[in-house]
Amino acid sequence: MTDTLTSTPNDASRSDLVERPEQLPIRGTVIRAGSFSVRLDTRAVWVCCVLGALTVVIGLWSISVGDFPIPISEVVATLLGNPTDDSEFIVGTLRLPRVLVGAGVGAAFGMSGAIFQSLVRNPLGSPDIIGFTAGASLGAVTTIVVLDASAFGVSVGAVLGGLISALAVYLLAWKRGVQAYRLVLVGIGAGFAISAAIDYMITRAEIYDVQRATVWLTGSLNGRSWDDVRIVFLALLVLGPLAILMQRNLDRLDLGDDTAAGLGVDVGRAKLSLVLVGVLLAALGVAAAGPIAFVAFVAGPIARRLVSSPRACIVPAAFVGALVTVVADLAARRVLAPTELPVGIMTALIGAPYLLWLLSRQARTGLL
Amino acid sequence: MRFSARRDEHEHVRSDHDRPAPAASRLIAESVTLGYDDHTVVNSLDLEIPDGEITAIIGPNACGKSTLLKALARLLVPNSGQVVLDGEKIQRMPTKEVARRLGLLPQTPIAPEGITVVDLVARGRTPHQKLFQQWSESDECAVRAALDATSTGELADRTVDELSGGQRQRVWIAMALAQETELLLLDEPTTFLDIAHQIDVLDLIDRLNREQGRTIVVVLHDLNLACRYAHHVVALRDGSIVASGAPADVIDPDTVRSVFGLESMVIDDPISHTPLVVPIGSRHAQPPLPPVELDEAR
Repeated sequence: MTDTLTSTPNDASRSDLVERPEQLPIRGTVIRAGSFSVRLDTRAVWVCCVLGALTVVIGLWSISVGDFPIPISEVVATLLGNPTDDSEFIVGTLRLPRVLVGAGVGAAFGMSGAIFQSLVRNPLGSPDIIGFTAGASLGAVTTIVVLDASAFGVSVGAVLGGLISALAVYLLAWKRGVQAYRLVLVGIGAGFAISAAIDYMITRAEIYDVQRATVWLTGSLNGRSWDDVRIVFLALLVLGPLAILMQRNLDRLDLGDDTAAGLGVDVGRAKLSLVLVGVLLAALGVAAAGPIAFVAFVAGPIARRLVSSPRACIVPAAFVGALVTVVADLAARRVLAPTELPVGIMTALIGAPYLLWLLSRQARTGLL
Repeated sequence: MRFSARRDEHEHVRSDHDRPAPAASRLIAESVTLGYDDHTVVNSLDLEIPDGEITAIIGPNACGKSTLLKALARLLVPNSGQVVLDGEKIQRMPTKEVARRLGLLPQTPIAPEGITVVDLVARGRTPHQKLFQQWSESDECAVRAALDATSTGELADRTVDELSGGQRQRVWIAMALAQETELLLLDEPTTFLDIAHQIDVLDLIDRLNREQGRTIVVVLHDLNLACRYAHHVVALRDGSIVASGAPADVIDPDTVRSVFGLESMVIDDPISHTPLVVPIGSRHAQPPLPPVELDEAR
């Protein structure tokens, strides 16, 4: 490369040396106004728009079908405030909250997954693989079985469970800092231990609570109410913007801790806040709909592929998560209709093969 | 160029090196003791980085070179003592403020999969950016200048994965340059490169120093290259400074023996007229060297 160092710019670029009107080929579109400037990833915006539109379409479809079909036109009319007698109850009370919770929870899981996968530098680092959602589930099951708690109580339990399990995994994986592969392995182990604890809780519980807990544990959107909608959208409203703000730090941490610190990132604080936001998103998702399997796990990689970006795509992952969950729920309701399956079974059908493929690939390439 | 070259006064400083340099030092380590968990790596070390010069830190493996560099960049909290930047204790300064004055290139930075050269270099602008100042015109100028200085402009839209080792190292240096700090700390930027690319990177470092007046601290493995390119060498062994000063003054067979435990002959480099260390080794020793006593050597 000695030649490139000493070579002069070719003629084409030399003629531009004075003015240099050509843009640097940086990714995205730059919008400047006065001293303000924003860099927008155009492709990510497009991907989000398309995914969002698809989610709305599938959501409407999902609201319209069922034991009591309602034409799409009537669904739209109901949503716009002109309900008929039947549609008001079925759309407003039964099916709309279900779709909203599905989309919201999917978005929360998607963001959480994208954050953790980037922090751990491994797609296996998602909260549903490394035991954080299991921890949240244990917290939630405890509140259901022991305290017979309301939706709010279940959320508190899930958040506490998620935080405690995250802390435990982190401490167990600690050996002069946390190595990614140690975190993944310790997390998978912790996930099994927590599952065992959940099973134990269930054997000790009243039969009615057991039923409520088991359905919930598969990850179900059946019978979701506006309470659940509130939980998940409040979580998204508060944590979503925080996650977007933290994307910058996440991108810098991707260069390695030392490099990030050299660029002025307070590494410890940045990681801690990212972990907190990630755990809270996953835990509140769990609180609203149970640990829907693999949504967090698949959303990040799919988003990254669609946007074809070197960054962790937090926002696109939210849209992917929402779409995946809504589609999976529609499928779960209709595949064996009139029997409705829990959505978690559907997402597991998608996620499990991907997990196997990833495990075999990482085993081959020696990442794990 | 943003940085004023202030060579003249430093030539002066170097000429009376045997007295400690006057306070022309923005970055100072004051009796720092550094270590991880239980064991101490660097013990009560004092060091002043002369402004506007290239300082090379040399020494055997695991002598604390990288650890010292990390502490100078505020990445490591000293167990005792302190690092002072512009008269302020560096630990008390906000991370971002440090990053505007001092750039660091660690030994093994990680390039995210699929990132393009220009996007990576652009990340060097981080300490100058804010929430709604994500890509200002000065960001663009700085990135352009960094690409030009490292001759990586024509690689701008390539992904970092597809570059050769030498190109990649230049891109990383470009990222550190885009940070526009007068102080630049580089941890073994030539390791894993072949000899031509090593010279390439060191020439680049030399130009950054001469043309832009940047103060550069670089950890180097190769003693002879350190002598060639550095104004000031700091030889470490077991976490202590064994010798420090201009290469011509401090690099002699005694220093090499006490730092590396190696018998050598030091001659004049015919090209650069800096010390050239020629190792002897038992095969060519006349008379044969006594068997190395490991305790003494390491």
